[in-house]
Amino acid sequence: MRYNNNIAILALLMILPAFSQAESPSGQALAFTCAGCHGTDGSSVGPSSPSIAGMDPDVFVDVMKGYREDRRNSTIMNRIAKAYTDEQLRGMAWFFAKQKLQVSSQKYDPQLAVVGEKLHNKYCNKCHEKGGAAGDSGTLAGQWMPYLRYSMADYIDGRRPYPRKMKRKVDAVIEAEGTDAVPALIHYYGSQQ
Amino acid sequence: MSKFNRRDFIRWSAGITLASGSLGFPGLLLAATRKVVIVGGGVGGCTAAKYLRKLDPNVEVTLIETKKAYTSCFMSNEVLSGDRTLESLTFDYEGLKRHGVNIVIDRVTAIDPAKKSVATESGETFAYDACVVSPGVDFKWDAIEGYNAEVSETIPHAWFAGPQTQTLRNQIESMPEGGKVIIVAPPNPYKCPPGPYERAAQIAMYCKHHKPKAKILILDPKDRFSKQGLFRQGWSKLYGFGTENSMIEWVGAAGGGTVEAIDPSTRTLQAEIEEFQADVINIIPPQKAGKVAFASDLVEGDWCPVDKLTFESTRHPDVYVLGDASSAAKMPKSAYAANSQAKVAAAAIVARFNGQSPGEPTFVNTCYSILGEEHGISVAAVYTLNRESNTILPIKGAGGLSPMDASEAQRKREVSYAHSWFKNVIDDMMG
Repeated sequence: MRYNNNIAILALLMILPAFSQAESPSGQALAFTCAGCHGTDGSSVGPSSPSIAGMDPDVFVDVMKGYREDRRNSTIMNRIAKAYTDEQLRGMAWFFAKQKLQVSSQKYDPQLAVVGEKLHNKYCNKCHEKGGAAGDSGTLAGQWMPYLRYSMADYIDGRRPYPRKMKRKVDAVIEAEGTDAVPALIHYYGSQQ
Repeated sequence: MSKFNRRDFIRWSAGITLASGSLGFPGLLLAATRKVVIVGGGVGGCTAAKYLRKLDPNVEVTLIETKKAYTSCFMSNEVLSGDRTLESLTFDYEGLKRHGVNIVIDRVTAIDPAKKSVATESGETFAYDACVVSPGVDFKWDAIEGYNAEVSETIPHAWFAGPQTQTLRNQIESMPEGGKVIIVAPPNPYKCPPGPYERAAQIAMYCKHHKPKAKILILDPKDRFSKQGLFRQGWSKLYGFGTENSMIEWVGAAGGGTVEAIDPSTRTLQAEIEEFQADVINIIPPQKAGKVAFASDLVEGDWCPVDKLTFESTRHPDVYVLGDASSAAKMPKSAYAANSQAKVAAAAIVARFNGQSPGEPTFVNTCYSILGEEHGISVAAVYTLNRESNTILPIKGAGGLSPMDASEAQRKREVSYAHSWFKNVIDDMMG
C-alpha cells in the first residue's frame, strides 16, 4: 500500500512542476540563497549569524513574518524578508525543518554554563522544553552566542516583542539571580556542542 | 494513505528535489555518468562544484584552477588595516575533494564548444556534457597610459587578493608620517562595487592609529558610487570626511577624478584637470571578463551574455558562465551574487541531465563593508527573473541599504555579521 501511494505521489510531483514552475522558485531554491550567511543547509559556521537548520517550520514562518513586518529588530534580515510571500516562507521553512543542525564549537565559560543550566531548568524549560534544541521553540542549544546576546539585548531593550510569558520569566531570573543570569544562560546554550 | 505520514512526505520530497529522480528511482531513468568541467576555482566555480555534487551525486565534476589554494578578495581590504592576514583568507580545495570533486591544477587555454572539451596548458583535454566557466575579471591594461602588469608589481592594483595586497599593506606601513595614499577607482562595471571605498576606510583605520596626519585621496571616474551616503556618513564620523582635516578625500568625475596616465618613476598621476603625486598609489584598472572567456568566444563587448534562467551562455550551448564574468545585470559583480548564480546554474544543469526543465530561479546578494572596528554597513537585494526581458530584477519593497539612522550598536553588529557572512560564504563554496 505504501509503495503504491509513493508511486502515485511521485507521479503527481513529476506533473506538478509543469504547472507551478513559472510561479515561484521552489522552497529549496529559495533556501539555498540563505547559505551565504546562515551556512550550507542552515548550519552557520559563525561567529554570529544564527543556525536555522532543523527549525520548527511554524517558528520559522513566525520569525520571518516578524522581520518582514519590522516587529523584530535586525540589521539586514528585515530588508531581505520583505521579498517573500507567506507561501515562499513556508517552502523555506519546510526545507530547513528537514535539515540536521551541525553544531560548531565555540568558546564558553564552563562555570557560567553550569549556573546557566540550573537557571534554564528553573525559568526557561517550560517553554523551551527540549533544552532549546533544534526544533524547539527557537534554536538555543549550540546556537552562536553573539546572536543569543543580540537577541536578549533586543528583548530587554524593547526592540523585539517577547513571546507570551517570556518577559515575566526574564524579569524574574534577572531579579533573583542578578545581571549574570542572562550571560549564564547564553553560556549554557553555547556549551551544548 | 494512512501510512503515508508527514515524515514520509518529507523524505520523499527531499529525495525527489535533491536527487532529481535519477538517484531515488534508478529503474525509471537510465543514468549514464554525466560530466561537468568547471573552469575557475573562485566563488562561482567552487559553489557550482559543491552544489552539483550535492544535487546529484551521480554527476562527475572536475574543477580546473591555476592556483593550489584560493585567496578570497572579499575581506582582503582588512589586510590593509592590519586586522587580518592573507593566510586567514587562503583556503585549500580539500573540502571540495571530500564532496567528490576532482581538482586539477592547470591553466585552461580554451573551451571548444563544438567538440565539448576543455584544453589545458599542460596539453590535457577534458570532455564535458556541461561546462561551467567562472573566470572572474581581467584588466583593461591599456586604459591608463603608463600602467601595465609589470608596473603593477610596484604600484599595486591589489584587486586580486594575493602578493599585491601584501605589497600595498607594506607600502602603507612604510610611508612617512603625513604621507599620502591615492586610490584610483575604476569605472562601472567592475567587481566589488563598494571595494575601493571600503579600502579607503580600512587604510584610514590603520593610519588613524599609526599615521594620524596621513591623507587618502580617491580619484574616481564616476560621480556616484555604491553605498555612497553610508560611506560619506561613516567617513565623516570616523575620519573627519568633509572637514578641513579629513583623512579621506574623494574627487569624482565632475571634479576631474578620471585618471588618464601615470609616471611610475615619480608616482605622479595625470588626471583630467590636474596632476596628483603620492607616496603610495593603488590603481584599480577598468575591467572585463577573464581571459578564458575571450579565448572561448563567450564574450560580447566586455562580458559574457547568458540566459538568466540557467546562466547558460547565449553564444554556445552547454557552457554556463557565472560570477563576475557574466553579464548578469542588475546583479552586482560580488561574491554573494556568484554564489547565488552558481546554485541556479547547478540546479539547471542537474535538471537538464534528468530530462527536466529548469525551475524558477531566485537570487540574493548581500554585501558588507567595514569602515571601522565597530562600524559596518550593508546592502542586500532579492532578485527575480523577468523572462521576457531576460533581466534579473530586484524585488521591489525589499532589500536596500543599512538605514542612515542606525544606532552605533547596530553598526557594530553589522561588523560581526560581516565576519559571519565571510565565513559562511567560504564554507558554503568549499567547506
